[in-house]
Amino acid sequence: MNTVKITINNREYEVPSNYTILDACRAAQIDVPTLCFLKDINETGACRMCVVEVEGTRNLQASCVTPVRNGMVVKTNTTRVINSQKTTLELLLANHNIECLVCNRNGQCELQDLAERFQLKDIYFENYKKREPIYDDASVSIVRDTSKCVLCGRCVSVCKKQAGMSVLTFIDRGFETHVGPAFDEKMEYAGCIYCGQCINVCPVDALKEKPHIELVWEAINDPKKHVVFQTAPAVRAAIAEEFGKEIGTGATGKMVAAIKRLGVNKVFDTNFAADLTIMEEGFELIDRLQNGGKLPMFTSCSPGWIRIIEQYYPEFIPNLSTCKSPHQMFGAIIKSYYAKKMNIDPKDIFVVSVMPCSCKKSEMHRPEMAVNGNRDVDAVLTTREVAKMIKQAGIDFNNLPDEDFDHPLGEYSGAGVIFGATGGVMEAALRTVADVLSNQDLKEIDYNVVRGTEGIKEAELDIAGHKIRVAVAHGGANAKKLMDMIKSGEKEYHFVEIMGCNGGCVNGGGQPYVNAKTRNSGLDHRKLRAQVLYNEDKSKTVRKSHLNKDVMKLYDEFLGKPNSHLAHELLHTHYHQREIFPTQEN
Amino acid sequence: MAKLDLSKENFAKLQNFIDENRSETMGLMPVLHAAQEIFGCIPLEVQKYIAKELSISVADIYGVVTFYSRFSTEPVGDNLIGVCLGTACYVKGSQAILDRFKKELGIDVEQTTEDGKFTLTATRCLGACGLAPVVTINNDVYGKLVPNEVPKILAKYQKEE
Amino acid sequence: MRLYRSHVLICGGTGCTSSRSNEIKQEMEKYITEFGLENEVQVVMTGCFGLCEAGPIVIVYPEGTFYSRVKVEDAKRIVEEHLLKGRIVKDLLYYEAITEVSDTVKAVNEVEFYAKQMRIALKNCGVIDPESIDEYIAVDGYKALAKVLTEMTPEQVIEEITKSRLRGRGGAGFPTGKKWAFAASYQANQKYVACNADEGDPGAFMDRSILEGTPHSVLEAMTIAGYAIGASKGYIYVRAEYPIAVKRLNIAIKQAREYGLLGENILGTGFNFDIEIRLGAGAFVCGEETALIESIEGKRGMPRVRPPFPAEKGIWGKPTLLNNVETYANIPAIINNGAEWFASIGTEDSKGTKVFALGGKIKNTGLVEVPMGTTLREVIYGIGGGCPNGKKFKAVQTGGPSGGCLPEKYLDTPISY
Repeated sequence: MNTVKITINNREYEVPSNYTILDACRAAQIDVPTLCFLKDINETGACRMCVVEVEGTRNLQASCVTPVRNGMVVKTNTTRVINSQKTTLELLLANHNIECLVCNRNGQCELQDLAERFQLKDIYFENYKKREPIYDDASVSIVRDTSKCVLCGRCVSVCKKQAGMSVLTFIDRGFETHVGPAFDEKMEYAGCIYCGQCINVCPVDALKEKPHIELVWEAINDPKKHVVFQTAPAVRAAIAEEFGKEIGTGATGKMVAAIKRLGVNKVFDTNFAADLTIMEEGFELIDRLQNGGKLPMFTSCSPGWIRIIEQYYPEFIPNLSTCKSPHQMFGAIIKSYYAKKMNIDPKDIFVVSVMPCSCKKSEMHRPEMAVNGNRDVDAVLTTREVAKMIKQAGIDFNNLPDEDFDHPLGEYSGAGVIFGATGGVMEAALRTVADVLSNQDLKEIDYNVVRGTEGIKEAELDIAGHKIRVAVAHGGANAKKLMDMIKSGEKEYHFVEIMGCNGGCVNGGGQPYVNAKTRNSGLDHRKLRAQVLYNEDKSKTVRKSHLNKDVMKLYDEFLGKPNSHLAHELLHTHYHQREIFPTQEN
Repeated sequence: MAKLDLSKENFAKLQNFIDENRSETMGLMPVLHAAQEIFGCIPLEVQKYIAKELSISVADIYGVVTFYSRFSTEPVGDNLIGVCLGTACYVKGSQAILDRFKKELGIDVEQTTEDGKFTLTATRCLGACGLAPVVTINNDVYGKLVPNEVPKILAKYQKEE
Repeated sequence: MRLYRSHVLICGGTGCTSSRSNEIKQEMEKYITEFGLENEVQVVMTGCFGLCEAGPIVIVYPEGTFYSRVKVEDAKRIVEEHLLKGRIVKDLLYYEAITEVSDTVKAVNEVEFYAKQMRIALKNCGVIDPESIDEYIAVDGYKALAKVLTEMTPEQVIEEITKSRLRGRGGAGFPTGKKWAFAASYQANQKYVACNADEGDPGAFMDRSILEGTPHSVLEAMTIAGYAIGASKGYIYVRAEYPIAVKRLNIAIKQAREYGLLGENILGTGFNFDIEIRLGAGAFVCGEETALIESIEGKRGMPRVRPPFPAEKGIWGKPTLLNNVETYANIPAIINNGAEWFASIGTEDSKGTKVFALGGKIKNTGLVEVPMGTTLREVIYGIGGGCPNGKKFKAVQTGGPSGGCLPEKYLDTPISY
């Protein structure tokens, strides 16, 4: 690789020639502050926090987007630079709703970090807010608060480039500028898929998930309620980050122990339901393959993906698996099978799903997600929210002993665990489908071809003499790309897994914040978290859903067989087209 | 409020424009100019239509529409009044002219009269500084105005149907 | 071509048009026919004369009689008295055109407002009919293009522009030749030449007047630029607030295409170049070059990061040469008269002339072009006539919103970058 010599603060460094000044500074262990910059996603040089002095140029340069040159002389900490950064920060704060002590992001805010770093003595500029802030909490999933927004544009860019939706945009001009959906429409009608990537990249609290914490505390404190928690696979792969651990630290046992200490009645693993999903979905696929059903069949675990199909590709609704997503299935089973077994009135059971996802909050409200008038799930906490509750309760997470999930619905296979990573549902399904079709207990069960973070993965597999073409996509942008190819007939598949979030659930819109500095360092949090799940899969003795003993027992005692009448009633659902920006036709 | 005509004919006109000009390098602006011209504004229905035709999101269009002051999402009055508040006009008293328009019409800037006849806007420099202060009504330009001339000018447009 | 004994030039700039110069033209033509003069007198609607203060302006040649603040009702008198009977209508003369002592009449070019100017970019404004390509060709229009395409290599063109030491008239003053050389240096299957006509600084209407008065100058220059950098397509990004300029540009483009001066195989040389107009939509920031590019691409006019500069990645990601209207308007003259001629005008660092729009509390509001190095005092008092009604001078604001206010003590500052 070509390198150039660059002088930073009077010391010379040799760096690759494709570096920006910011890259070079960070390689030299100098942390130039940034705010709007997100590598590969938002490279606009707009916020001016990262300015540096470059010899020979009149103005300060935005280091995040200025490439290095051989012989460049850079200064990062002159009075001029620091005064400029302070002024920028003051101007940002002058327009910011400074209620840090009662803010959702208190302690996890990139703007707060900058304020702490620069130790401003005062904010000299008069608070100039020409436009009344918009607080949109009408959506059941995402809350938008323009009073906190710093107009960095990270959400707009991630929505366009990664989510592929372009739901958020800059609106108006000058002092009126704000970020929101077209016409400042409520998120619910604006074509949003609730993937929550905008929340994940927001440096402040301008976007957040609809909070359910109070609801859950209330249930826990209600003696009449039997509170059952279930945790999704991806949660265990990230929750430790909330307690200061490195990205990629698994914490299944501590997570269970912590939740138990919140005072809940039972903690189950959504993985159990993931195995159940594979039974239902796997047999649905076999049925479609053998009986001329609608192909390709699409997975239906990701509610973000469901919203993509319902809003953008409604003609493919018949291709969706009719399976509810795992946590909804689990809710239905808890309020039927488990309730009966434990002799509890389903009305007294309060099911809380701990999810890496912002969209699950909307999914639980779908009218279809209920049986006999009982909602499958009563509250959805994001990984961030459950961590908040654990902190509120004063539980010393890091020093907890590892504890096990409760029974009888706590058992899970390795196949269930990998649901949390892109390609995981596909791989889990293939393990079962291959065994069923070949009537064997196959040993080759690692489908590496569907693993990893490549945007669209495809493969043609030979399963017991059947050629099965599969594809996996994750993140709305990739999903749309794949769907457009399927729609045009350019590609044909039998089975397609799509997840609404880039990287799958490990990078869901409810996962711990990964700040810009970490994201820009080149560290791939999606991969590190996914590795936790693949490691757990490897460590399990049972790695196939159909071999999960509790699942087998559930069929024996209750459901009969996969896709039975009762299974359909409890575990399957249907979808409908959703109009974006509904207007009255004239 | 002024009326908005979302007739099939108008959508057909827009479709024609798009068909005639469609190319990789068309960009959104010419389509928005056409839509603004045809419909008098670019409301949600029209933005949805353009979004579908150009395979972009409504937000992508809305962001552009709200950025440029010549595009609007709500119908403007039959007569669009633009009072120049550029430096040259301002120093020659255009604020007083604007205030007089407000008073005579009983509306504020960026508003439309009840009967839908007039929309009042403040514009940036029109480059007709030699005539400062300048007011435009539709395509007519009025220069070297004094506030007392305002009622007379308005009367001219009141009469027209 | 028919020869006329008299020509009546009526200003068709935005200023005079809004004080009904169109109707004056119609009335005059009506009476010319009525008095049977249609074969002797031709009425021409021209671009801006510059002295907007005195508008609507009518000038009668060959005398150069300068009528100002003409009303529609005056049309008959001018035709009957001046054109039919040969008697100048003195009460309609521009105040300075008549000397009280001797009662003689000064021609328009002797009037102080014009006598002190030097017109390169505005050369044709107020002289020719901007809607006629023939009139432009008659004043050496497209001669520079012909010379470039038949006698010069692209490198020589850039060399000539570089030697002229012309600098960007948009404000930043970047050496134009250097900019052209950068754009020429990038290889691409498509390049663009763009003209920034999103003149937005309050009080500025230099570019508008050029586009209204001599649109072909800009088309010719852009075509020359296309040849020099290897581009086949041009965009003119013009404010929608300039309807007359847009109309005349459209007419000019159509005419140039008909004459084979735009389009395929220009002048039979095998060179292809065409121009498209893009309308702004009311956003000041789009005068900034990268915001302008975003706007052409159909986005919000939010400035892009530089580098890469437009010369490398501009419109649709392709190498793009972007100059301002006035910069282009200087190009044909430089090619025709040579770089040395151009470089002989102005100061050491700032060559050529600069067009200024005078507005606000000054007697002669309007448009002037003076050599670089002229002092502000000469512009404001010598040409502009100073403050009206003998009021005291306070300050002059130059260079738009980001410019500054200069008080009296700086009035002797020579104009330069």
